[in-house]
Amino acid sequence: MSTTLTPKPQLSLDNPDLRQWKAQVSNGSTVATPGLLSSEFWQETGAMTRRLFIQLQRRPSTLVAGVIQPVMWLILFGALFQNVPAGLFGDSSNYGQFLGAGIIVFTAFGGALNAGLPVMFDREFGFLNRFLVAPLASRYSIVAASAIFIAAMSMVQTAVCISLSAALGAGLPDPAGLALVVLIVLTLVLGVTALSLGLSFALPGHIGQVAVIFVTNLPLLFSSTALVPLSFMPPWLQVVASLNPLSYAIEPIRYIYLHPGNWGLGSVVMPAPFAEVTLAAALAVLIGFCGMSLALIQPLLRRRIA
Amino acid sequence: MPPAVLVEGLKKCYGDVEAVRDVSFTIEPGEIFGLLGPNGAGKTTTIRCLCTLSTPDAGKVEISGASVLVNPALARQRLGYIAQDVALDKMLTGRELLQLQAALYHMPRKVARDRIEQMIALLELTDWADKKSGTYSGGLKKRLDLAMGLLHQPDVLVLDEPTVGLDIETRSDVWQFLRQLRAAGTTVLLTSHYLEEVDALSDRVAIIDQGKVIAVGTPNELKDRVGGDRITLRIREFTPDGEADQARTLLQALACVEEVIVNEAQGNSLNLVVTAQSDALMTVQQALKEANLPMFGISQSRPSLDDVYLAATGRTLMDAEIAAAGSRDLKAERKQAMKGS
Repeated sequence: MSTTLTPKPQLSLDNPDLRQWKAQVSNGSTVATPGLLSSEFWQETGAMTRRLFIQLQRRPSTLVAGVIQPVMWLILFGALFQNVPAGLFGDSSNYGQFLGAGIIVFTAFGGALNAGLPVMFDREFGFLNRFLVAPLASRYSIVAASAIFIAAMSMVQTAVCISLSAALGAGLPDPAGLALVVLIVLTLVLGVTALSLGLSFALPGHIGQVAVIFVTNLPLLFSSTALVPLSFMPPWLQVVASLNPLSYAIEPIRYIYLHPGNWGLGSVVMPAPFAEVTLAAALAVLIGFCGMSLALIQPLLRRRIA
Repeated sequence: MPPAVLVEGLKKCYGDVEAVRDVSFTIEPGEIFGLLGPNGAGKTTTIRCLCTLSTPDAGKVEISGASVLVNPALARQRLGYIAQDVALDKMLTGRELLQLQAALYHMPRKVARDRIEQMIALLELTDWADKKSGTYSGGLKKRLDLAMGLLHQPDVLVLDEPTVGLDIETRSDVWQFLRQLRAAGTTVLLTSHYLEEVDALSDRVAIIDQGKVIAVGTPNELKDRVGGDRITLRIREFTPDGEADQARTLLQALACVEEVIVNEAQGNSLNLVVTAQSDALMTVQQALKEANLPMFGISQSRPSLDDVYLAATGRTLMDAEIAAAGSRDLKAERKQAMKGS
């Protein structure tokens, strides 16, 4: 009790810089919200991203698990079909070469699908309220921070997948192909991250979110071309797989893998039942999916007061 | 100069439940304003509308003239919000959390750096600033929370139940700190269902019940309005029913006694309302002596804010609390709160 009764040394709280800043931001009758991509937007996004990386640094288990998982897929699942005759899986010389693209995309997708969970926990603990009561330039900074973090994680995972595939005999894409692989993964990650964050604002709690992740993850994998080519599937599944956004990320990457130095935007990457999908068309679908996800979650981020 | 806080005709429903029906009050710059009421009265909903966490269904809410609906960015910049439950990221250190907070309010780097050091010193966090907040005690967490809420030097600091769940020492620390803040010119709005807290801290009080403001004024004004003094009397430590009844009949007949209530929950102690500034204490003692009744203890006090609440609603805060606890669906409320608007 003695500490409370002794008068504390009077601290000088006067701070001219603070006063000047305060006058700038809070005097006057209107202050415009700085908005998307302003320097304020990047300041808040940077700080939120930094928080996620500090968490990762002090609790690296998510990254470790996130790297072990695709390694297991590549080694164990790859071994399952190791002895299939060459040429069965399209142009690939072995199943490992075929599987690589599927695992790269599926791993990135899984990571992005989980992006909303930390936000959901922030919501449940009340930490998110700190963001919501603050004069954020845009609440898309919450999305941007998660997306940057998840993108960095999936880049590490992708690098591991590419290296391991190469070690397992799948070869390497040419440099331009590698760049395109990165671009495709990032586009998919941004779109899925946005959807996952949307869920974390819309659902009542993390149980629901985990349930959604659970019922989405594997079905989307099995209804895509990650593990087998379209030609293996019954017609109805071919239709489903050609509507699955994952296929539009997997097939271009696979094509780049199988045709090093011999691919272009006009290359047909997927013989969908309704059309021959070119590389350019697949990219357009991915970008469209990403834009649609971002637009879709806008009302949720606003929650009327924006 | 506009009032620090203006709330006019505020209304907010969650589904079928009218959490706030009609709440109006103004807070002048530099005062500590208390929002007192039982749990479930609508205090937190009012605060949520004020802090832009919920959208009002109707009414006007302004922070120093900035409407939370029309100009939320400005209102947010002027507000500091301390939630009832301290929500920290336990993996981050105190300093890292303050740095995050500074960025959320777009403080320039140098301003933020100096201000963070200042707040760490002011709230005596120096030894802990570089340790993970997950290792903090309850009192430390509250202090860090205060530092975060005050970092951008808000004009109005809003605290929802600032001392619920805190130990007594931390509680008196928080009280003292809020008084210091007021002395430095910050406007403070706090909600509480602790009478003593509101009574001890607030310059003015709004008593809120079932979503409506039922009284506003300084604690003294409100007490004067109720009138009379209170005498609590114990015949014995545990008085038998017979003696308590006998004493009641006896005392009720006295001219200076307005009302006698036998409080069974307190071992049949007698609660008297007597005319103020009389020699009621002496008269009561005299009457008991003449009737050959013993006396274990007696004390006189002014009416409390609970008496104000009782006079306005016909029940005590404690009763309201118990009634509310029985009828509340906490799970549904939590859901609504998370849903926000």
